[in-house]
Amino acid sequence: MIIDINFIGLIIASIMASAVPLILASCGELITERSGVLNLGVEGMMIIGAISGFALMTVTGSLIIAIFGAMLAGVLISTIFAFLTQTLITNHVATGLALTIFGIGISAMIGKNFVGIPGKEFPVLFKDLKDTIPLLGPILFGHSIVFYFAFALPFITSYFLKKTKIGLIVRAVGDSPESASNQGINVRLVRYACILYGGAMSGLAGAYLSMIYTPQWIENMTGGRGWIALALVVFSTWNPIKILIGAMIFGGLTIIQFHMQAIGVRIPVQFLTALPYIVTIIVLVVISRDSRKIRLSTPSSLGKSFYKDN
Amino acid sequence: MIKIVKRDQPSRAIFFFTPVLAIFLTLVAGSLIFFILGFKPFEALKFFFIVPIADKYGFSELLLKATPLCLIAIGLSFCFKSNNWNIGAEGQLTFGAIVSGGVALLFYEQEGFYILPIVILAGAIGGMLYASIPAILKTYFNTNEILVSLMLVYVSKLILDYLVVGPWSNPEGFNFPETRQFSDSAKLPLLFEGLRIHAGIFLALAAVVISWFVFYKTYLGFQMKVSGFSLKTAKYAGYKGKKMIILVFLISGACAGLAGVGEITGPIGQLHREISPDYGFTAIIVAFLGRLHPVGIIFASLVVAITYLGAETAQIFMQIPKYTGQVFQGMILFFLLASDYLLFFKFKFIGSKK
Repeated sequence: MIIDINFIGLIIASIMASAVPLILASCGELITERSGVLNLGVEGMMIIGAISGFALMTVTGSLIIAIFGAMLAGVLISTIFAFLTQTLITNHVATGLALTIFGIGISAMIGKNFVGIPGKEFPVLFKDLKDTIPLLGPILFGHSIVFYFAFALPFITSYFLKKTKIGLIVRAVGDSPESASNQGINVRLVRYACILYGGAMSGLAGAYLSMIYTPQWIENMTGGRGWIALALVVFSTWNPIKILIGAMIFGGLTIIQFHMQAIGVRIPVQFLTALPYIVTIIVLVVISRDSRKIRLSTPSSLGKSFYKDN
Repeated sequence: MIKIVKRDQPSRAIFFFTPVLAIFLTLVAGSLIFFILGFKPFEALKFFFIVPIADKYGFSELLLKATPLCLIAIGLSFCFKSNNWNIGAEGQLTFGAIVSGGVALLFYEQEGFYILPIVILAGAIGGMLYASIPAILKTYFNTNEILVSLMLVYVSKLILDYLVVGPWSNPEGFNFPETRQFSDSAKLPLLFEGLRIHAGIFLALAAVVISWFVFYKTYLGFQMKVSGFSLKTAKYAGYKGKKMIILVFLISGACAGLAGVGEITGPIGQLHREISPDYGFTAIIVAFLGRLHPVGIIFASLVVAITYLGAETAQIFMQIPKYTGQVFQGMILFFLLASDYLLFFKFKFIGSKK
């Protein structure tokens, strides 16, 4: 049997494509969590981004408006979360859950009129270079701009957190809000910004799904990816580079099911579909077993409200 | 001038008043959404909240929907009170339904008084087994229970899907994704002729009474309360933390499993793909809205059950999308959490007199 080397390249490229929404949402949530805020509403923000992007694309016809509109929608919906948890000091877990329930409801409500409408073709970059290099060609070229952004994002995030002053402030707020506050840092403002940034990235992740990955609107189309993104942040021990590895593993699991069905492996389709969820649990167990390591890498104030009398 | 001041102690009166305030604010915001969508707000609210329960049949449907919500929320309140975030009740419901449905199918076309109790017990055990996974992983492997319990929801639905499509599907069912109908002895009896309300409601009521007793009259209830306030204090007092975590998960798993039994042996009568319209998730809202108090949860489950019915009625009569129900549920929780601000802070009016 001759295996076409370009075929392998295509499989790797499809794994990378399915990793994109996970990378985007995880990197966004990572910044939010690094500032000490646990936002469980990723799934809700993602689905809002998905419908906003698709709806704006259909109505305005502009892909740029649609992409930025989806990010803005993510920002807007995360503002609710930010206002509740930061200004009204509500419980992060409960508020995040409310955000997800609310987001799924709103998206289905808006999406009612967009079911069954075909999507638009999203332009890809370097299309001509795809066939020039064997194996690497399909991996490196012929993808959307969002794809390239997603694979740059973990490195940008890492640089931001380690080397920039604002990154340092974010980490300080997450690790010790009291001392950060004593240094004159506005803890609430920093956390607001980090929550809204997380919203924007989740919105973009959703838009990628509905506009590029599977260009159409399907109810509940995020299908738990927001929750897997949350798990990836734990998996990465809050290190952006490791998100890349985790997202590729999960992308691989998603793609493998299609190919296993195609070559006729006799495993019920439901078990293959369940694989990413089961692997998430196993990975979480393996990572979390070492409780000391988790405690060292978790932002110390994660999920705890900060209130300052003034 | 108005100044916001922190209260010395959370106000108890406001503790029970804010859920009412939250419901009111949800109605206001809901009217606004109806208005934006181009519906007459008052008419929409009427179809949403009054028409569905205006007759005997509607009231029976309300109780039918409130039963699983109440049962699950009671179970969840054990977890939430002790700071355990079990958000996978939907999965525990599904797995309970799978186990009890499997047992019910074993008794296909058999009659006997002993069948129903065995089926019910199987459901509770199924829910407990499924809830024990996040509990054990949390206690012995330090794994986040929120993510594990949630991932298991997806897994349970896929197991159910596999079973009703494959090995358990009705041999005479023309390949529909459903099992055989259970025998009459495996079904919960109906309470009234012509109405769908069934004996499952007594399971919910029993859960209310038992939980009230445990919360307020036993040492376990006290321990849960202390652990909820501060895990450090609980440890200092020498409570067996691990045992308690597993226990509260088992209790809430059993309740969710029973809710699953109630659905499949009550109104459904067989297993198929969609046995629950996300009761397990909605019950989280019910638990909070009811203030984790057994009596509060009864009222909360009735209020939230209306959003299910109202969404259906409003869709039929006014073509309002049925997802409005979910939007209302999300809003109730938002407003409830927001109005909790009043628990800890008060507005002080400062006159300008000098």
